[in-house]
Amino acid sequence: MKKYFNYIALPALALGLIACEPEFDNDITENEDFYTSGSADFSNYVAVGNSLTAGFADSGLYITGQENSYPNIMAQQFALAGGGSFSQPLVSDNTGGLLLGGQQIVPNRFVLATDANGNPGPARLAGTPTTDVTNILSGSFNNVGVPGAKSFHLVAPGYGNVAGVASGQANPYFARFASSPNTTVIADAVASNPSFFSLWIGNNDILGFATSGGAGVDQTGNLDPSTYGSNDITDPNVFASVYAQEVAALTSTGAKGALVNIPDVTSIPFFTTVPSQAIPLDETTAATLNAVFGAYNAQILPGLASFGVITPAEAAARQINFTAGANFITIQDEDLTDISAIIQGPPFNLDPITAATLSQLRQTTNDDLIPLTTAGVLGTIDEDYVGFLVSQGVPLEQAGLSAIRGVSRPLQDQFVLTTQEQALVTAAQTQYNASIQALASANGLAFVDARTALQAVANGGVAFSAGILSSQFVTGGAFSLDGVHPTPRGYAFTANAIINAINSTYGSTIPGVDIGNFATVTISNDVN
Amino acid sequence: MKKVLSVVVLLLVCAVTYAGGYRVSLQGQRGLAMGHTGVAMVNNAELAFFNPGGLVHLEGKLNIAVGGFGVFSDVKYQNTEFGQSSQTESPTGTPLYLYASYNLSEKFAVGLALYTPYGSTVEYPTDWAGSHLVNNIDLSAIFIQPLFSTQLTEHVSIGGGPILAIGGVNFNRNLSRNLTDIEGNRSNVEIDSQGLTAFGFSVGAMATVNDKLSFGINYRSRIDIDVEQGDGDATFSNVPDSPLAPITNGTFDFTATLPLPAEWTLGVSYKATDKLTVNFDYNYAEWDAYEALDIRFLNTDGSLALESINPRNYKNASSYRVGAQYDVSSKFVLRAGAYFDESPVQDGFFAPETPRNDSYGFTGGFTFNVTDKLAIDASFLYLTFKEIDASYDSYIENGQRVPFEGTYKSSAFAPGLGLSYKL
Repeated sequence: MKKYFNYIALPALALGLIACEPEFDNDITENEDFYTSGSADFSNYVAVGNSLTAGFADSGLYITGQENSYPNIMAQQFALAGGGSFSQPLVSDNTGGLLLGGQQIVPNRFVLATDANGNPGPARLAGTPTTDVTNILSGSFNNVGVPGAKSFHLVAPGYGNVAGVASGQANPYFARFASSPNTTVIADAVASNPSFFSLWIGNNDILGFATSGGAGVDQTGNLDPSTYGSNDITDPNVFASVYAQEVAALTSTGAKGALVNIPDVTSIPFFTTVPSQAIPLDETTAATLNAVFGAYNAQILPGLASFGVITPAEAAARQINFTAGANFITIQDEDLTDISAIIQGPPFNLDPITAATLSQLRQTTNDDLIPLTTAGVLGTIDEDYVGFLVSQGVPLEQAGLSAIRGVSRPLQDQFVLTTQEQALVTAAQTQYNASIQALASANGLAFVDARTALQAVANGGVAFSAGILSSQFVTGGAFSLDGVHPTPRGYAFTANAIINAINSTYGSTIPGVDIGNFATVTISNDVN
Repeated sequence: MKKVLSVVVLLLVCAVTYAGGYRVSLQGQRGLAMGHTGVAMVNNAELAFFNPGGLVHLEGKLNIAVGGFGVFSDVKYQNTEFGQSSQTESPTGTPLYLYASYNLSEKFAVGLALYTPYGSTVEYPTDWAGSHLVNNIDLSAIFIQPLFSTQLTEHVSIGGGPILAIGGVNFNRNLSRNLTDIEGNRSNVEIDSQGLTAFGFSVGAMATVNDKLSFGINYRSRIDIDVEQGDGDATFSNVPDSPLAPITNGTFDFTATLPLPAEWTLGVSYKATDKLTVNFDYNYAEWDAYEALDIRFLNTDGSLALESINPRNYKNASSYRVGAQYDVSSKFVLRAGAYFDESPVQDGFFAPETPRNDSYGFTGGFTFNVTDKLAIDASFLYLTFKEIDASYDSYIENGQRVPFEGTYKSSAFAPGLGLSYKL
């Protein structure tokens, strides 16, 4: 017995236990050459940028968003071809809010909640945030995306100084993990000694202007960014200069990388969700309003045109017309001639209140972009204006009728991104993108045309495993509830676009991800 | 001799467990060692499973066979398009059996069988790439069967008996590919139901042509394990707090049916020399019974809360088995065998909870006769699955089919040990 046992059982048992693991002919985890890094080296990937790089979404930075940031998604794929670990300055929770010394300075994120009638819409998540900006993280991070950062902020010392957060001199998100109060974002990134980097910056250099409805200033020609307001457009030469400086710093250690260009503002649902023709009216109301504006259309505008105060084209563009059904919004357009003074004189002799209403009045056209935030304003009563009118002796009922925002009370400039304002945005964006592409080419870096990729999402959508990814607000899957930042699925789509560009530049074979495995908007009724 | 043994050792190197679907072909040491054959061979009390029609031929008054297996199985998955990979967490199964037969006369025997012909334990890492189809599953069924066997004519004996099946199921999967709660935890459901009972039967016949040649046939009926309202719990967790979610967190009743298909076995056994016996068995399993694994989650008033429709669309499948037994000495018997097991899974229905493609099994084993009455039986099974590119195409998301594709490679190892006793 013993003899046989030795012959059979022991070897069989030993071999059986050791050798029975199934083996693929070509195992992606064991064959180091299955996915290759080409001429790139992904061992220490550092991502530099703004909110998009940080994984910001739903108007907040929260853990699950950070986990689905495009750099983190890419890093998981890089790990298949020599990529190392990827650390992120994670916030403390999923509320999306921020505290500064215990005081909430950033509101909680949006989630998709249902109202009493079961209709879904964005609402702020309930709960108190636990991420305090004064609780500064130690160590270096692979993701140095800083929400809110513009191109020149990345090289601005003190941008992460927590002492400057309250006054707006510093950025709360960078203050959380800056290596020292006077460091710069780029300095911290370079200190990590990246073997590979990505840089996606410049979106906020135009986006603040756009989302504010053009309330800021186009600073083209002003080369001193320290004088810029948050809603201003950065001068393209300033952009080109700091961008080149950043690329030089990031490549100084011999790192290869990818530069990502700036998408169109018309690709994001923040500007494409609210239609220009947003005012529903019945026939009676339309007729009443037309009567109110009859003199403006038939006498004032032609009269001013005949005096040469405005051009015939402007007179035509300023015509106000309402019909039964959906109507264009009334706005005050800064780029129109201010006629309030002249129409108070003869022959029109209008009162100051009416003159103010008509001063730069027109209706929107299909070319104007209405920000998402304007939706909550349209058709509401401007109570302050009612109060003002009553104080001027206008009967309350008539005051109310004169204070309907977007109808009888024209919207102020910040509620609409007009075609002229769009042209300013586009002009700057075009120059930024030319700079980015030129620097990619000059430095042999991968150039990622995010603009074209997101145009495809916005114009008809992009097919994936479970349907179409589109920019449709809430339902399209690509954009989170702030209408500006992507969902996890949108970030995964972005990661794939960047990976593709890297593969074609460096000859690597990094696989993309199945974007269907990534979530879209977050549903929750745990809201305030 | 040494050379022969080396070959045997090579054959025994690894061992896998499962036959097609969730059928577990590990019903006896001696049968398994010969490629899981035995419908036409009179060997020991394992006949209670392989062919109760032969029980009457067993030597002695009382025959008992008892034993079990340790099943070490692994499944590897990878998807090269997206760089995903996963491996099951080596669950150890322990199928057991107990067979007893008592000869009341030369022409009539009664018996009892207890065995576990169906089961599946597959555990993937939680939230792996296919977690919307399965995180883990544990199916088990114990069959308890009283038996009779009688000699009908000089050459033909028959046998059979009713089967009481006691089944259980535990199954965990995520609700979808990406639904989570606010903290990012994947929305999940676990269904659990144990102690379900159902009835069936098996019958067999053996034709003994002469001292050397015999034929056998055995049929085991289909048994449906039904989960009715109140039989089990479906527990939903990490579902977001929203009317827009498909269901709410908590425990629900559910209904489901898991068919254990009917199986035919035909075989022949030939005693080539005094020392050498060879077997050939053919199995035909009526897997087309397994059309779908549909689970209906019920509210407390019995109304439908959520439905999970999972087509399986299995086809009937065959296995071809050969085995041999060699009496080395009066004390020592050596066995070896092999089989080809056709998978019931059709193209496009390769679900990761039962990742079974066609397989080749290699078996071996021995018996050591401690005394005239008591023997120690041991066996090994090595089952090789080919690496396969497969997909499950019936997962529906937003009304659209979303195939789950990848490459699978399975293996397993099942050493077994048992005792045979005759009086």
